[in-house]
Amino acid sequence: MNAQSNDAALTATSNSPERYYTYGYLDEQTKRMIRRAILKAVAIPGYQVPFGSREMPVPYGWGTGGIQLTAAIIGPDDVYKCIDQGADDTTNAVSIRRFFAKVADVATTEDTAEATIIQSRHRIPEHPLKDGQIMVFQVPQPEPLRGLEPREMETRAMHAYEEYGLQYVSLYENVSAFGRIAATAGYPVMVDERYLMSPSPIPKFDNPKLHNSQALMLFGAGREKRIYAIPPHTTVRSLDFEDYPFETQKWEESCALCAADDSYLDEVVLDDQGQRMFVCSDSHYCSDRRAQGLRGPMAGHELVDIDKDAGQ
Amino acid sequence: MTMTAHQETIDQADQPLLRVRGLSKHYGMITGCRDVSFEMRPGEVLGIVGESGSGKTTLLNCLSGRLPPSQGRVEFNASRHGLVDIYDLSEPDRRRMQREDWGFVHQNPRDGLRMRVSGGANVAEPLMNLGRRHYGDMRQASLDWLNRVELDLSRIDDKPRTYSGGMQQRVQIARNLIHAPRLVFMDEPTGGLDVSVQARLLDLMRELVRDLGLAAILVTHDMAVARLMADRLMVMKSGAVVETGLTDQVLDDPQHPYTQLLVSSVLQI
Amino acid sequence: MQQSKHNGHAPSIRVTNLKKQFTLHNQGSIEIPVFESLNLEVAPGECVVFVGDSGIGKSTLMRTIYGNYLASGGCVEVQHDGAYVDITKASPHMVAAVRRRSMGYVSQFLRVIPRISTIDLVIEPLLGNGVDPEEARSRAVSLLRSLRLPEALWSLPPATFSGGEQQRVNIARSFIREYPVLLLDEPTASLDATNRETVVALIKAALDKGAAMIGIFHDQDVRDAVATRHFDVSSFKMDMESAA
Repeated sequence: MNAQSNDAALTATSNSPERYYTYGYLDEQTKRMIRRAILKAVAIPGYQVPFGSREMPVPYGWGTGGIQLTAAIIGPDDVYKCIDQGADDTTNAVSIRRFFAKVADVATTEDTAEATIIQSRHRIPEHPLKDGQIMVFQVPQPEPLRGLEPREMETRAMHAYEEYGLQYVSLYENVSAFGRIAATAGYPVMVDERYLMSPSPIPKFDNPKLHNSQALMLFGAGREKRIYAIPPHTTVRSLDFEDYPFETQKWEESCALCAADDSYLDEVVLDDQGQRMFVCSDSHYCSDRRAQGLRGPMAGHELVDIDKDAGQ
Repeated sequence: MTMTAHQETIDQADQPLLRVRGLSKHYGMITGCRDVSFEMRPGEVLGIVGESGSGKTTLLNCLSGRLPPSQGRVEFNASRHGLVDIYDLSEPDRRRMQREDWGFVHQNPRDGLRMRVSGGANVAEPLMNLGRRHYGDMRQASLDWLNRVELDLSRIDDKPRTYSGGMQQRVQIARNLIHAPRLVFMDEPTGGLDVSVQARLLDLMRELVRDLGLAAILVTHDMAVARLMADRLMVMKSGAVVETGLTDQVLDDPQHPYTQLLVSSVLQI
Repeated sequence: MQQSKHNGHAPSIRVTNLKKQFTLHNQGSIEIPVFESLNLEVAPGECVVFVGDSGIGKSTLMRTIYGNYLASGGCVEVQHDGAYVDITKASPHMVAAVRRRSMGYVSQFLRVIPRISTIDLVIEPLLGNGVDPEEARSRAVSLLRSLRLPEALWSLPPATFSGGEQQRVNIARSFIREYPVLLLDEPTASLDATNRETVVALIKAALDKGAAMIGIFHDQDVRDAVATRHFDVSSFKMDMESAA
């Protein structure tokens, strides 16, 4: 979170469009306001801090909260990675990465280990995060209780008084309907045994990565105007019943390309004959493994060559 | 006289469950209710009757901690605090007391149920609110209660909006009794129901009140419901209590002009 | 002080200087006088039968004793848990307790929640006093049998029963508890001779066990069979003048 200087903006060529933007796109007052909200969020892990969310050059739902967080903390020395559902190469991820390369003049990467700021929609990378890294999550609905309790006054009171019985109602419904807690994404957690928090729609597979992480986790909801955070080394517990303990997803298959059996897999339908394959959702993790020579059943040599070509 | 002394000791033997003193609520110039005082014992059913606009609902809201009164005290014998003015409790303490010791049955089940979650979860929720975290136990308790209120158990996982009005009201009653409250507030609990459903529900509620020994405050404008359910009546007019007494005494030998009018206005069949 | 059969026993009911009048506020506040300066004692084992012309206030007096009507003056003391409770001044809680444990009332009307089976109605007073449901049931069965209520009717709600059948349900409800004080307001009104005899037998058995009773009976035979003493309510009639 280096405080940036205006140098970068000033050094932009005098008639280029970039010179009309402040460094990092947001004006200084807005960044100051957001940083203060972040500090408060870090000080009260899991607590939703209201902030004056600004209009962004993308629609709500495309990551306006995450972009504002990144814009407020990014500095010229940062290395920026942006993923969408784990992939670096989807339209949204590419656009946002380019956006920050332009307005913040930062280096970008697809390598999880290299990045200092990782903005994400709906995943946490498979590579364990390190001290000094910051995860920025895009959050559609920050309030985990909203689906059950529509009144904001009431949900605020519930957080204030730690009345979280209601959240179990949704888990109860799950077990009643499916015989197990079938919720797969946005699985509610208790942060620091105090605040109930929505981890954004990450798969519950990623919930354990929130616990005692070395990295700082920041969550931003642009439309809902809330920022919250999990500081490094914080206890994060996924809710469950005594007789239905929390479990993550498991696959019988392994990645068809890199043979990983420890990563979150996406199912890809291949044809209309029922053919399908499972591949790592984390595209960098998968290509990294392939670069190490690990091969899944569907990773032909040609495919590797294509990757090499693309890399060069 | 020795007998009155003895009578008093008997009367004082059990502590009041609820003690209301000088309760008034004003909305600006308008009076909601005025100088209401009474006591309730455990296991007692108190009926509050009067026409619409007589202040029944204002009084009920003040008593149930939903509307701070302008003057007066509402003291409740809470399991955690003993006899305490509910408005002296901090908000979290009051909310916890409401969760633990009270139930509230609304006239319209839609106000008292979560329409988006199943009947079973509606009934089990008060247990989760009290910190129970064992699914199997709660499911069983929910089944037991739905059985007790005579709901078709195959409907346990259906949403309340697929239930009839009478079924919804029975689910609401189960939801408000499962945590064994000390006091249940009922606001016209049979108001929107068919007469046939009403009778069955009244019997059910009376049976539950008797078996569980719980106290209830029942607001109704229906004198027949009041006669069947309540041990004691308070008659309200223009925000004030004009007459109180044993239910049959108030209805059979009303003293106040307004009560006489109310009782004589009941349709006979 | 009137004669009582069980001398030496304190009276179960002691009515002193009782006065009752009705005020009809919505009909020009008319005062309807009923009785005044009324004194009455009933000892255990006694059955005092109210006599007097129709409309003289026999039922009113009985209801005032029960606390169903509010006395306009005087007091009604009833033995309860070894002490006297003044019904006219006791708290509603106290009156309710007296009615639950010490003083029963049989009217000629059956007033109950609709759609409840007869047997459940009969055992209800026992359940209210915490009697085991099985025990309550067996007592109800023998009572209904002795009253010759057809067994087919037991599981039905009494709403559709004949007047005599409803009355027998009512009697069963009242006699299932052995109240030390029992008030009977025309309990045999619509019964045939055989059933009247059964009720007379029930009343006599209760008297032998020491119950104190007050009754209103139209039927001369029943009156003669159970009365230990007559009590003329008309001698306490209040004049229009003293009512004002």
